[in-house]
Amino acid sequence: MDHLEKLESRSIHIFREAYANFKQLGMLWSIGKDSTVLLWLAKKAFFGHVPFPLIHIDTSYKMKEMITYRDKLALDWKLDMIYGQNKVVLEKHATYPDGYGTRIQCCKQLKTEALKHTLDGTWPRYRLNHTTRHYEVEINPQPFTGVIVGVRADEEGSRSKERYFSPRDQNSDWTIAEQPPEFWNQYKTDFAPNTHVRIHPLLDWTEVNIWQYIEREDISVVSLYFDQGEGKRYRSLGCAPCTSPIDSQAKTVQEIVAELQMGKLAKVAERAGRAQDSEDGGGLEDLRREGYM
Amino acid sequence: MDTSMNIVIVGHVDHGKSTIIGRLLADTNSLPEGKLAAVREQCQRNSKPFEYAFLLDALKDEQAQGITIDSARCFFKTDTRSYLIMDAPGHIEFLKNMVTGAARAEAALLVIDGSEGVKENSRRHGYLLSMLGVRQLVVLVNKMDLIKYSQNAFRRIVKEYQQFLKKVDLSVKYFIPVSGFCGDNVVHASEKTPWYNGPSVLDALDSFVTELPKNDQPLRLPVQDVYKFTLNEDKRRIIAGSIDAGELEKGDTLVFYPSGKHSKIQSIEGYNQADKNRVRAGYATGVTLSEQIYVTRGEIGAKQGELPPLVGTKLKVNLFWLGRRPLEFERRYLFRLGTAKVGMRLESIDRVVDASSLENLTRQRVEKHQVAEVTIQLERAVACDLHEDMPETGRFVIVDDYEITGGGIVKAVLPYSSTISWEEGKVTYHDRCRQLGQQGLVIWLTGLSGAGKSTIAIEVEKELLRQNRYVYRLDGDNLRHGLNSDLGFSETDRNENIRRIGEVAALFSDAGAIVLVACISPYQSMRQFAREQAKEFLEVYVKADVATCAGRDPKGLYQKAIKGEILNFTGITAPYEEPDRPDIVIDTSELTVEQGVQLLLEKIRKTEWRSLQ
Repeated sequence: MDHLEKLESRSIHIFREAYANFKQLGMLWSIGKDSTVLLWLAKKAFFGHVPFPLIHIDTSYKMKEMITYRDKLALDWKLDMIYGQNKVVLEKHATYPDGYGTRIQCCKQLKTEALKHTLDGTWPRYRLNHTTRHYEVEINPQPFTGVIVGVRADEEGSRSKERYFSPRDQNSDWTIAEQPPEFWNQYKTDFAPNTHVRIHPLLDWTEVNIWQYIEREDISVVSLYFDQGEGKRYRSLGCAPCTSPIDSQAKTVQEIVAELQMGKLAKVAERAGRAQDSEDGGGLEDLRREGYM
Repeated sequence: MDTSMNIVIVGHVDHGKSTIIGRLLADTNSLPEGKLAAVREQCQRNSKPFEYAFLLDALKDEQAQGITIDSARCFFKTDTRSYLIMDAPGHIEFLKNMVTGAARAEAALLVIDGSEGVKENSRRHGYLLSMLGVRQLVVLVNKMDLIKYSQNAFRRIVKEYQQFLKKVDLSVKYFIPVSGFCGDNVVHASEKTPWYNGPSVLDALDSFVTELPKNDQPLRLPVQDVYKFTLNEDKRRIIAGSIDAGELEKGDTLVFYPSGKHSKIQSIEGYNQADKNRVRAGYATGVTLSEQIYVTRGEIGAKQGELPPLVGTKLKVNLFWLGRRPLEFERRYLFRLGTAKVGMRLESIDRVVDASSLENLTRQRVEKHQVAEVTIQLERAVACDLHEDMPETGRFVIVDDYEITGGGIVKAVLPYSSTISWEEGKVTYHDRCRQLGQQGLVIWLTGLSGAGKSTIAIEVEKELLRQNRYVYRLDGDNLRHGLNSDLGFSETDRNENIRRIGEVAALFSDAGAIVLVACISPYQSMRQFAREQAKEFLEVYVKADVATCAGRDPKGLYQKAIKGEILNFTGITAPYEEPDRPDIVIDTSELTVEQGVQLLLEKIRKTEWRSLQ
């Protein structure tokens, strides 16, 4: 059993625990490499099926390739795809790219708030209709009690403190000092009414593991991760105005793995190209306490 | 990068765990570029002196209070393997986080502040490591710079801590004198401790051994779920779960406990993987069965012909309590073992221990941070193993008010009283074994009169009974008062005597009992006969020569035989054929009764664990 097999087996185990314990289960899906591996592991866990909806928080500032990729994959794989967004703020143009507030405030509105209200069903959810191939407003949306998220412990400080099963209170808040114990393979799967649990199957994976797995399983990822001939590629994907590509000539998964292990990226933080992180002194802690993924 | 290992670092608050890891990361050049500079800069901005611990204590709360609240994970690599190091908090309030870190670890570093010495949580964490099943431990005596690198001070701490660990059955691989602050013996050997020749922390990490998957044990497949997804006309009905121990193969018959239902494996399922005929311990898998039996989450799949798990509703356990509210009588809790979840109540508290001082405490309830031996009553039967046999299926957690508030290990399954569902049709040997949670076994003790057969058999019987095994002892002497009262000591009668005992023992073994037979049985051919009748047979040669036995002569028989008052006395006037190939020899002229008993108990246990086929 090699390291990737161990990681894979643990993740699958976590997926199945989540599915067995949470009736209203959904999976956050951000189109990035981690999300894509997460989706692949779901198919592994459920023998080719994805028996819960995927939820995408659409800030409307995602790169075009990402949305195209999302909808193509959803239709090809018959995925139950849902998206939600902060319509009010977008309509008022009260966003950072519109010259309003800071990056952190913008993240809070377009991601944290949108996520919170999409999950609890208080804002409209848009669900893909596979017959019409269009998104339709979901009738009578129920709150999710279990939400699978692809965060990894090695991404930044606050994520390294996460549990596999991490409870959120009625306001989606995360109380770091009061996290439940996890004994062996026993997780927090019992939960009080009106709370929900975030489930993190990828917690022990590193960035290199993700790419090694993509290579081993031959998983297709969005083309933004590869150099298209201009000597630039994205290492981490977010909103276009706040994410910049890195200098790299990696054109294949193999080249990315080599670059991360031995090359110039071996010692550069993955989220270095994500501008909101540097605005928050404690990593993403402030955002994450209030519900950010 | 095929090898990886999870390590936890534990110890009392402020003894310097985070500093040591920070130092380890910095000195092995494992930090992301700029991280060290960024933390230094942040310290300068806030007018705080830089500490290596800040590298890990990334959360604001922690930097403000200077303590680790949670188990942070960090990744780091040596030439040997990659590591995931979990930094567990030392403050007592955060013990549940320490448990979380330690429960996932294969090995542990325990830090003791050399200037403060062994403290309450140094001991408590040691106790918990033992209970959580972490078997590889290195102790770091930190802050050596504050005690002038004194060898005597180091030795005192080593001695004191070793004495404690002996009581909780945990051994230490190395004690290392270090200074996280100055870097001594963390990555590089220090010149300041010329009296220390052992490994550095880095070398000690690389000396840990990766746990191997347990393929050679009986199969344990806790059922996580049964899937019947219909999209794309999928017709498969898949039993899904992760294999805790053993391996399964296409065509094997799986028996599920507690229900006892069984069926053959038709296929091993997966997604984007080559067809498989076999899966081993450690893998998450799924199988389809040839018959559509009703199996549910919470059952444990075992393989027919291998040792089954135990089934019961009443368990004796050791547990550790973390709940804000104590563990009390008259309150209902949820018990979770593997994937099973059932209601439970506390039935009795046998002992409560302070995990740090090891003192016995009151028995009315189990308070937060206490360790206890208790008996619990479950609302439904669960399948499990004793922790000492199979840790993966021998440990559990207790849930109170939605929270995991305790964890523990199964020490014994008390006699089974609930009803078990039987299949239609006749009751077979395997059905009986399943209900008893054991297999039939004849343990045949042969040897001269006075060699110690009965003495050993009596002690072994007591111990097996204590372990809740279904056991019965047949004593050659006693049987001659009843069943064999018509027989004398001629060769023909002796053979008939053994034939009867052999048949009776075989019947008991068919009933699922462990039978201890103590009789001289001097002839090889009759012992062979007894072996052939039994389900499973252990020939135990209780060895002592004639002179030794005659010297003991507990019943005065040798004296009578020598005087000619008894005819056909084995060893004096009748032959004794030594066993050609006994399964075990217990030489009572060399061993004490206790040693002999231990030897046999060990052999029985090994025999039971060997698969039947």
